Amino acid sequence: MSKKISILIVDDEKSVTDSLYNWFIEDGYYVKCAASAKEALTILESETYHIILADIKMPGMDGLEMHRRIKSLNQDSIVIMMTAFASVDTAVQALKDGAYDYITKPFDPDDLSHLIRNATSQINLKEENKTLKDKISSLENVEDLIGESEAMMQVLEQVQSVASSNSSVIISGESGTGKELVARAIHSNSPRKYFPLVSVHCGALPENLLESELFGHEKGAFTGAMFNRKGRFEMADGGTIFLDEIATISAKMQVELLRVLESGKFMRVGGNKEISSDFRVICATNKDLKKMVENGTFREDLYYRLNVVDIKVPPLRERKEDIPVLVDYFIEKYCKSMNREKVDIDKAAIKRLEEYDFPGNVRELENMIERALVIGNSKSIRLKDLPLESGEQATTPVESLNENEKKHIKNILDKYDWNISRAAKILQVDRATLYNKIKKYNLKTSGQENH
Amino acid sequence: MKEQKTITLVAFGYIDRSFVENVALAVEIELNTEVTTMEGHLDLSNYYDVKRRQYNGDELLKFVDNSYNSYPGKTMGLFGVDLFIPILTHIFGQAYLNGNTGVVSHFRLNNEFYGLKANKQLLQERFIKVVIHELGHTYGLTHCHVPTCVMRSSTYVEDLDQKSSSFCDNCRESIN
Repeated sequence: MSKKISILIVDDEKSVTDSLYNWFIEDGYYVKCAASAKEALTILESETYHIILADIKMPGMDGLEMHRRIKSLNQDSIVIMMTAFASVDTAVQALKDGAYDYITKPFDPDDLSHLIRNATSQINLKEENKTLKDKISSLENVEDLIGESEAMMQVLEQVQSVASSNSSVIISGESGTGKELVARAIHSNSPRKYFPLVSVHCGALPENLLESELFGHEKGAFTGAMFNRKGRFEMADGGTIFLDEIATISAKMQVELLRVLESGKFMRVGGNKEISSDFRVICATNKDLKKMVENGTFREDLYYRLNVVDIKVPPLRERKEDIPVLVDYFIEKYCKSMNREKVDIDKAAIKRLEEYDFPGNVRELENMIERALVIGNSKSIRLKDLPLESGEQATTPVESLNENEKKHIKNILDKYDWNISRAAKILQVDRATLYNKIKKYNLKTSGQENH
Repeated sequence: MKEQKTITLVAFGYIDRSFVENVALAVEIELNTEVTTMEGHLDLSNYYDVKRRQYNGDELLKFVDNSYNSYPGKTMGLFGVDLFIPILTHIFGQAYLNGNTGVVSHFRLNNEFYGLKANKQLLQERFIKVVIHELGHTYGLTHCHVPTCVMRSSTYVEDLDQKSSSFCDNCRESIN
């Protein structure tokens, strides 16, 4: 590390401070001396030092008291106590109070060098750790939430304001609008960001499985429960639990969930020990929960428990001005993952995308761009590379599936001059399968057909 | 005005004359400067610490600095006694950083101190390294991380044996 380590030596004996001063100066450290604890504290009010080497026994204020006061100054310094044989007990007390180490006078030069070297490594590690954490924070910002429209800006503002709190959040919006990304952005900007974000897709699991998934289970709780298993609430301890499709959970699960949210305690399925977990809840739904409460299909008490903050993610058709930015983002993302140069998109293609309503929202747009990059000419995305070319919205083919497959295989084969290996790779099938398909559909090269 | 490049080695107590001359020659070659040797006279008992049964390196350094201040260039006091400074159990030598004086001792450089068979050649090599190292400090050099550089910090004789008696390119450039 290039940063010069600074050392403050505190001792009432001048011969000690002089000796140490010369020793450390020769090692290239920045060194300052103080003749008393009081003088040291005055220095520390305006300057910071990486290492403080202090005698434990000094007239006026001793090293222990000085150490306590240094800690109250919020100094991040490493404090090393110097002691005579007689005061080792006091040095041990200093260690209990949080001092880094102690060294007995007179020091073996090698011990002193080792101690300072180790302290220096710790300082460097601390600073490296801080730098890396800062880097991670900047990576985990809201960069995946793309959009410059007013609607999206409002969402981003809400994310920033709720992130630092511990409140429950409901994210509502149509399917494919990016509700999970909003949840991730809240988590990664919250104080809980160094703990896990645990996602549960409630709609994907039947009730009994969801219960075991959320609360965990004990060995033998049910057939197939071979081992003890932690539940998602337990895994999310310290972090955030994201419950996607919350509207799909059964009435029984709603009761269970309410109990956990209110007490932060639960039991594993088949268990008899109460488990505590500190988590924040973020839910997502594409349904109108309020209406469900009115219909009696969603518990009112649970709704109000969850709905402290409500973030509505707008559908893509309501923020069409974001389409070019999103397209650019997805092109960059997929070109990078495909190891290709970034391609452009034709004006006609972007115009057509802006006209389209996107019932599948951002997810649909993302899939369209990925598809266009796979089947396109790798120079730019043209209107014909999009499944909107005819002006219809994602047209359903009138031909049979076999007919479609035949056409697609023929197109790919022609495109790659009947290079079987390349065509098989593009179609993501092995060569034998491709040969079988060629045989099945009696496909021939254009030349063969002409003869 | 002092001529910075001249070096005087002052031997206190009994140190074999040829031993001192060999050290002077090595220093002369390494630092490319004129090195003169002389005998110093001093009652070492005034610097003896009865409790520690060692000689106070800080006080000896002050003595050398006061006594040889009028000498041109750098002056290094050579001793054969066990040196300490109040905070450390022992030192091989010490010097004023960017100053003109230093002290070194061969007491702990001798194999016999560690219960090993005497080795005059090795003793001389170690002593040369310590003298050049302390002279380096008087030229303003701090400890160097290059393993073979003479300015690398050495707290044990084994450390001394690992490094050479020469400056690395960076340290040499700093002196010149």
